Amino acid sequence: MDFVTGLRCRECGRAYPAEALHVCDYCFGPLEVTYDYEAVAATMTRERVAAGPRSIWRYADLLPVHDPAPVDLGAGFTPLVRADRLAAELGLGELWIKDDTANPTGSFKDRVVSVALTKARQLGFKIAACASTGNLANSVAAHAARAGMESVVLIPHDLETAKITMTSVYGGTVIAVDGSYDDVNRLCAELTSEQPTWAFVNVNVRTYYAEGSKTLAFEVGEQLGWQAPDHVVVPIGSGSQLTKVAKGFEELWKVGLLDEEPHVRISGAQAAGCSPVATAFAEGTDAIRPVKPDTIAKSLAIGNPADGWYALDAIRTSGGSCASVTDAEVLEGIRLLARTEGIFAETAGGVTIATLAKLAAEGVVRSDERVVALVTGHGLKTVEALTGSVGPTTTIAPTLEAFDDALAEIDHPGGTSSARSPR
Amino acid sequence: MSITVRVPAQLRPLTGGAGEVTVEGSTVGEALKSLDADHAGFAERIFDDEGGLRRFVNVFLADEDVRFLEGLATPVTDGQTLSIVPAVAGG
Repeated sequence: MDFVTGLRCRECGRAYPAEALHVCDYCFGPLEVTYDYEAVAATMTRERVAAGPRSIWRYADLLPVHDPAPVDLGAGFTPLVRADRLAAELGLGELWIKDDTANPTGSFKDRVVSVALTKARQLGFKIAACASTGNLANSVAAHAARAGMESVVLIPHDLETAKITMTSVYGGTVIAVDGSYDDVNRLCAELTSEQPTWAFVNVNVRTYYAEGSKTLAFEVGEQLGWQAPDHVVVPIGSGSQLTKVAKGFEELWKVGLLDEEPHVRISGAQAAGCSPVATAFAEGTDAIRPVKPDTIAKSLAIGNPADGWYALDAIRTSGGSCASVTDAEVLEGIRLLARTEGIFAETAGGVTIATLAKLAAEGVVRSDERVVALVTGHGLKTVEALTGSVGPTTTIAPTLEAFDDALAEIDHPGGTSSARSPR
Repeated sequence: MSITVRVPAQLRPLTGGAGEVTVEGSTVGEALKSLDADHAGFAERIFDDEGGLRRFVNVFLADEDVRFLEGLATPVTDGQTLSIVPAVAGG
């Protein structure tokens, strides 16, 4: 059984049963899953978690659906990597990368989709659908195939090639829309009124879907030996992930899994070409003005972030910050992470690392803090972004002479080939 | 001006179940007020205490978010479609 007590509107507080509802009927506010934390605390122990599967489902007691055979490709329990070389470059002390590139379809979206489709199936939905900037599309198509569900995925027409291929290969229906992500999202929000039997994971199943992101915080807590970090840097698209990471650390404390009460500063990362939350943070206002995105970080290109207010609130109450970085800084962030830690992130990861670098330089992220940066998607998804900025160091004829000449030319520390080394 | 309003499922109890209704008005705000006059209950659901749109209510005129236009003061022309859509997002 699960420990869900119901749903509650975050705006007006009205209570609803845990059914296929996603917004408050009265004020359209988003609905939040509520749990019986006392019952969870009495059941969920460190030992119980440790004995669970090496996936998000080890934290099932704090997820909104219980199913002994969830819709599962193995999402979650991704590496938390100590990043000393990157820390040294940035002037930081203890830095960790939560490497969510290691998920089954290469992004954190597998966490939310595994939860969403498990709940959707329990609610009786037969068709999985979504509006996506790419990563969600990949994940919904894959998990639907795994579950034997039909899928209908709507994406903006101009997504990266890899994201379109990685969605289409699973054999579902993929509809490219001649418009931006915000157009696709609006279309899907309207479609849920016309196709109530379809589970749009990030629209009418959103309440459950979003809970999957809490597992990022659960894993970080467990992987740090049941301690919370001091500071987490999180990319912001819709703002949902950031608010759920905050909720995740609070819940670990509430159910007694942490030794000390967490005081996690949470900072947000956006691309300058789509930074409505960072702009509102900088201006000290609650009013998030929607924008028309223009950035290579397409997975974060949401101009009208539905959870922006809550993300802003979580940032401010935690004592964190929010900043934005240019596309050039994003590319440098991708290369910096790859060069120092051997992790190849997509553009959203570049946003996170570049923002981390910026906040470290400003002294906002401090060297005396234990810092975690969330790298949420794999670089193979967005290789086009790097076209022209990385490639072969040189191209040579297949001869030892050409090889030696090339090494001399690029002043390589390995010197020349041994066969022709001067004695 | 005769305007078509697309109504989301959550608000269809106010229109007797209809997904589309026709209203009169020369601006977005007038059209929405006329919607409330025809189908009582819309105003309290979509407007906040100051008379602006609630923050989780999005209104689109001919598929463009009215916040990119002139908000509730945006002029409407005969035959245009206004959509009321709950705010949800997440890529």
